[in-house]
Amino acid sequence: MASAGVSSLVVAVLRRDLSAAARRGSEWSNPLVFFIMVCALFPLGIGPQPERLAELAPGILWVVALLASLLASDSVFRGDYDDATLEQMLLSHQPLYPQVIAKTIAHWLLSGLPLSLLSPLLGVLLHLPMAGMGALMASLALGSAVLSFIGAIGAALTVGLRKGGLLLSLIILPLYIPVLIFGSSAVKAAVEAGPYLPQLAMLGVFFLLALALAPLAICGALRISVDQ
Amino acid sequence: MSIWTTFHKWGSPRWFYQFSGRLLPYLAGLSLLLLIGGAVWGLALVPADYKQGNSFRIIYIHVPASAVAMGAYMTMAIAGAIHLIWRMKLAAMVMKAIAPIGASLTFLALLTGAVWGKPTWGTWWVWDARITSVLILFFLYLGVMALHQAFDNRDAAAKACAVLVIVGAVNIPIIYWSVEWWYSLHQPASIRFIGESTIHPSMLRPLMATLSGMYLFFAWAMLLFTRAEILDRERNTRWVQDLVCGVQEQGVK
Repeated sequence: MASAGVSSLVVAVLRRDLSAAARRGSEWSNPLVFFIMVCALFPLGIGPQPERLAELAPGILWVVALLASLLASDSVFRGDYDDATLEQMLLSHQPLYPQVIAKTIAHWLLSGLPLSLLSPLLGVLLHLPMAGMGALMASLALGSAVLSFIGAIGAALTVGLRKGGLLLSLIILPLYIPVLIFGSSAVKAAVEAGPYLPQLAMLGVFFLLALALAPLAICGALRISVDQ
Repeated sequence: MSIWTTFHKWGSPRWFYQFSGRLLPYLAGLSLLLLIGGAVWGLALVPADYKQGNSFRIIYIHVPASAVAMGAYMTMAIAGAIHLIWRMKLAAMVMKAIAPIGASLTFLALLTGAVWGKPTWGTWWVWDARITSVLILFFLYLGVMALHQAFDNRDAAAKACAVLVIVGAVNIPIIYWSVEWWYSLHQPASIRFIGESTIHPSMLRPLMATLSGMYLFFAWAMLLFTRAEILDRERNTRWVQDLVCGVQEQGVK
């Protein structure tokens, strides 16, 4: 197939997913509300001292963003599976690989990107020093894209099961660990005025690896889930 | 015999059941001999460590369990790949059989590590790079088992698990390396299990015995679990019914 065909296919899937989400606001707003609420729990649990919160903020923000992305990833293929759109995707003559990439990127635009845009606000609430804000946004934007791809593998494997939610977190969380390590360490390095570009570069490496390899696993997993 | 005939034969659960049945006594005998012999040798005959005293002796269980736990995951990933690529049902059964064994060995490694850590480091748990990686390996095993149980359809379960296991195998080096990096960033590597390659030959020999014993034990357990799975899956076939009803087996080809 010509490259123009593939790119118009990607654009079509992206547009469809984004407009479907725009009509049903909860899909993109729920992870954000979750992010804000859970971040607000930490001062209540740990105590309101600004110094202590500032020290823990990079870790808290990253872990909560990771959980929000995890919860959101259950819905990547759920709706399409329920109304059999997914089956049509598999049966159509269009290649599956670019469609899967488009769906995952749409999911990232609806979950990871808003999280990253909202994160400075929560950084302020948790007394994260201003020096860390840029690294927080950049690492979340890049890291959540990797999380979306990994999460989509889990979502594709569990989409045919009635109770996917908890199982999805069990199989996906161990795979999230490298992203968490490099993401939160980028923020910490920025707060301590150290170099944080190496960590961002590593997240970039993970993103490229995920972009190239994860769709293979997602396609395989979708075929299994739809076949059964 | 061509390679395809061999391949075909290995794909036949019945043939595998009969073949593995002949292997079992050797594996069982040899692994028990090496494990018990190595343990007695290591626990009673080897001199105590000049620094750690007798507590170092847990190495004779800890190191074999950790090594085999990691090897088991790779075996499981290879079985998963064989199942996905060539649709070999036997590979799926092997894969399913390995998960609980690997998880148990990983748990044993973590437990003996904690027991060893208390007298040596003064604490049950340290967020050391290696310990953390083994903990994550344990989580990976649990994830595979949870996914397998969630499916009603056996074939879908096997394929889904195969995908997950392969994804995990691709990720294991990345996870290991990230944790290593994270650890060196967070705290100085002051704690070492044993000085680099300074283990005395008298201590090493029993370790080799228990290590190879543990590998054989893994193979033994894997065959037993796979055989149970074969019987369960093929329970409607004639040969399993004959086997269960005690009909005399014909000569094995």
